[in-house]
Amino acid sequence: MSNKSVSLHIDDQLITVPEGTTILEAAQSMNIEIPTLCWAENLTPVNVCRLCVVEAEGARTLIPACSRTCEDGAAVKTNTDRVRENRRMVLELLDSANDLSQSDNLQELISDYGADSDRYTDPVKTTTPPKVEDDLFVRAYERCVLCYKCVEACGDDAQFTFAIAVAGRGFDAKISTEHDVPLPESACVYCGNCIGVCPTNALQFKTEFDMREAANWRPEEQSVTETICSYCGVGCTLELHTQDNQIVKVTSPADHSVTSGHLCVKGRFGWQYVQAPVYRAPSSDSEQSAK
Amino acid sequence: MPDLKFSDAEPDDHERALVDALVEQPPVVRQSERVVLGGIRRAGDARHLLLPGLHDLNASRGWISPGGLNYLAESLQVPPAEAFGVASFYDLFELEEPDMPGPRHHVCVDASCALADASGYAQQLRAEGKNVHEGPCLGQCENAPALFIQARSSDPVDMASTGETEQKFNATLANRLLRRFGLVDPQSLRSYREHGGYQALKTAIEVGQEEIIRLVTESGLTGRGGAAFPTGRKWRTVANHDHRQKYVVANADESEPGTFKDRMIIENDPFALIEAMTIAGFATGCTKGWIYIRGEYSTATKRLRSAIEQAYQAGLLGANVHDGAFTFDIELRQGAGAYICGEETALFNSIEGFRGEPRSKPPFPTESGLFGCPTIVNNPETLINVLDIATYGVDVFRSVGTPNSPGTKLFCVSGDVGNPGLYEAAFGLPLHELLEVAGVQIEDVQAVLLGGAAGRFLAPPNLDLPLSFEGTAERGATLGSGAVTVFSKDVDLWSVLVRLAKFFRDESCGQCVPCRIGTTRQHEVLLQIRGTQPNESERVLLSDLSMVMGDSSICGLGHTAASAVQSAFTEGLVGVQT
Ligand SMILES: Cc1cc2nc3c(=O)[nH]c(=O)nc-3n(C[C@H](O)[C@H](O)[C@H](O)COP(=O)(O)O)c2cc1C
Ligand code: SF4
Ligand code: SF4
Ligand code: SF4
Ligand code: FES
Repeated sequence: MSNKSVSLHIDDQLITVPEGTTILEAAQSMNIEIPTLCWAENLTPVNVCRLCVVEAEGARTLIPACSRTCEDGAAVKTNTDRVRENRRMVLELLDSANDLSQSDNLQELISDYGADSDRYTDPVKTTTPPKVEDDLFVRAYERCVLCYKCVEACGDDAQFTFAIAVAGRGFDAKISTEHDVPLPESACVYCGNCIGVCPTNALQFKTEFDMREAANWRPEEQSVTETICSYCGVGCTLELHTQDNQIVKVTSPADHSVTSGHLCVKGRFGWQYVQAPVYRAPSSDSEQSAK
Repeated sequence: MPDLKFSDAEPDDHERALVDALVEQPPVVRQSERVVLGGIRRAGDARHLLLPGLHDLNASRGWISPGGLNYLAESLQVPPAEAFGVASFYDLFELEEPDMPGPRHHVCVDASCALADASGYAQQLRAEGKNVHEGPCLGQCENAPALFIQARSSDPVDMASTGETEQKFNATLANRLLRRFGLVDPQSLRSYREHGGYQALKTAIEVGQEEIIRLVTESGLTGRGGAAFPTGRKWRTVANHDHRQKYVVANADESEPGTFKDRMIIENDPFALIEAMTIAGFATGCTKGWIYIRGEYSTATKRLRSAIEQAYQAGLLGANVHDGAFTFDIELRQGAGAYICGEETALFNSIEGFRGEPRSKPPFPTESGLFGCPTIVNNPETLINVLDIATYGVDVFRSVGTPNSPGTKLFCVSGDVGNPGLYEAAFGLPLHELLEVAGVQIEDVQAVLLGGAAGRFLAPPNLDLPLSFEGTAERGATLGSGAVTVFSKDVDLWSVLVRLAKFFRDESCGQCVPCRIGTTRQHEVLLQIRGTQPNESERVLLSDLSMVMGDSSICGLGHTAASAVQSAFTEGLVGVQT
């Protein structure tokens, strides 16, 4: 990275940042909020959702804050009418095509921006039945907004397995294995890193899927316990999500220096032994290993 | 390289032989290239052979079998899921065994062909038991309704239906770019030389690199591919780069509905394109050129391939061009049915063996283009203008046209036209004069679509429009690719609009939300309101869609996906009380 810096105005405030800083990063440092969907701090920006668009003086079209770097002397506005109208339309289009009910973040944005997908008469939707192919996780692509995050996590941003990619074109584009073979027949190693980055819950643990089917999924009653994975010497931090004293899913913090949010199959799914009927109380067990 | 996992699917013997032949004989240069893909760096030695390999497999059995795809992916060390993602991007590739044997008959159903009863034609072919696919413009609008027969290598070639069609061009208004059309034998280098060919390259080498770039800059030549960017500026930027590898790319993907000029250039005068690219390479220090030609252009591809071979044999391409003056190689790539691959950065991805999804700009191609190297992308028409500029100089070039749009332009005139075909004219000619020469009954015109699907409609009061960049810009129109599609008064423009919207819906790459979902919604709304006077909320909905596609999409496809539709409303062509 160069040690040059650039100065620009964001929402009329002057800021100086190192060259190569994105508009989103600069705005975040000023506590200016810009909504994102396909961006994540642990992935390379793909700038496809266009939710983060902002207005730059002199530019013909809006620009994506998540990937565009700050230019010296630029003047950027993050919340003009034009920006808000465009974000409203992006949200409206997404809502018209996908089931976004399991994304609180998007639900909130939809109401903030006044997106109204009821304006469309009989819009085609993405309607693929959930793919339940194993005991570990489920892919329910009717919720998939094609943010590319899982593809990146499976590929060269984390896992280097390349089990899934975007196939098809246009509205019919979808996340797929080769010839759409079931995941167990593909290159998948069940690291679950795709689940970890999915913003719409299209990818979810089988435990969560089953509990939702049984109307037994109660996030408000869940607690999260941090611990270190005991399988190997890397020392990944695990967040064990528990409901009714049972582990229901495992994540890792995206800003964690060891994992960047990514795990392997053992840390992600290998928790059954914790819940095996042993003569110790399960709760004290997980607290101890967190020390 | 990660350890990749491949499936157990096996190729048949023929598929195996095809892939082995492709991978064992790497084309002209084989080098380790760093690939820049939207910030992702990836090393890929042979991945650019994926697209040619998919073509070979598809032509072998009429579809790409799991075994064939798996073997190709393994040979090139491309993850199978990604290879599938690439194959499924293109219209010309089938990934399931077709129900119907025999060659696939592609019938164009876009504007000019629709006027020539393309759907009736498709029905007739179906009745004859043919495997028919109705799809987008095939770039043969002057011979509507257009047909492209996609044969397998084993299919007996039906000479009657693949026979070359009549070449319809008219050089009465201007005759620069068309000079050799019909006179030169497109399959003979000797004939090309007898008609003045390779004089321009000789002059270029004499005057030197700097001078050529100066001439191109001062000529005021701008891009003919749609964006009208100053060519000299592109060349200058790339020439200034001191990068170990730089490329010239000729963008002959020509898929803008209503456009067929690049096909006619290549069919009639293929050496002109090769010579012009060589000059571009010489002037800017690029040692390698790529020509990306539309997959549906079989005659043009055949002629180009033979022309490239002859140029190599004559020492006009290769390591010692013109007795050792410099090195310039050309490699040919065929598209596979995807309008979006004409967008320059999508084209790079397509060549590199990735999905034809446009990249985010900046960085621009002149900084980071093909394989992440500085790259000049030009349209074939842009390039062949350089021959005259090098030979006759700036003053002669600028002696026709307007001060801001010097030179001549090729116009592809089709639709309700007496004499459809390719017309060359000096910039500034009023549209109605072009139409009159092409045998259009002016009083019969309901509308003209200028610039193809990405262009705009003009109503009769605007037919005096001067055909120049500034003349069109002044009225909010665009010359675009030079497509001029004429609709007479008895045409139902609603069906034209619905089809335009369908075109964008089908051709969106699907990468960004505004375009992937917006083009779909625009098509749905138009289907719902066709033939009516849209109410306020319907108008607002369409203009909201137009706004978000225009403002927030990644590339030009989304940016222009609503322009023609919106212009039909603002020109009062549809949806008004009569
Ligand atoms: C969707 C889309 C399709 C395009 N198709 C073509 C094409 O078929 N041929 C072409 O020359 N340019 C096409 N372009 C423009 C190219 O991106 C690029 O600007 C052009 O090739 C540059 O050459 P020029 O400067 O000589 O015009 C297309 C652009 C877009 C957005
Ligand atoms: S679980 Fe891991 S390997 Fe499998 S698809 Fe998800 S990211 Fe790829
Ligand atoms: S499955 Fe989830 S992470 Fe993957 S593209 Fe769809 S929404 Fe994004
Ligand atoms: S505007 Fe359309 S074609 Fe262009 S990148 Fe977005 S989805 Fe693809
Ligand atoms: S967050 Fe920037 S485009 Fe998706």
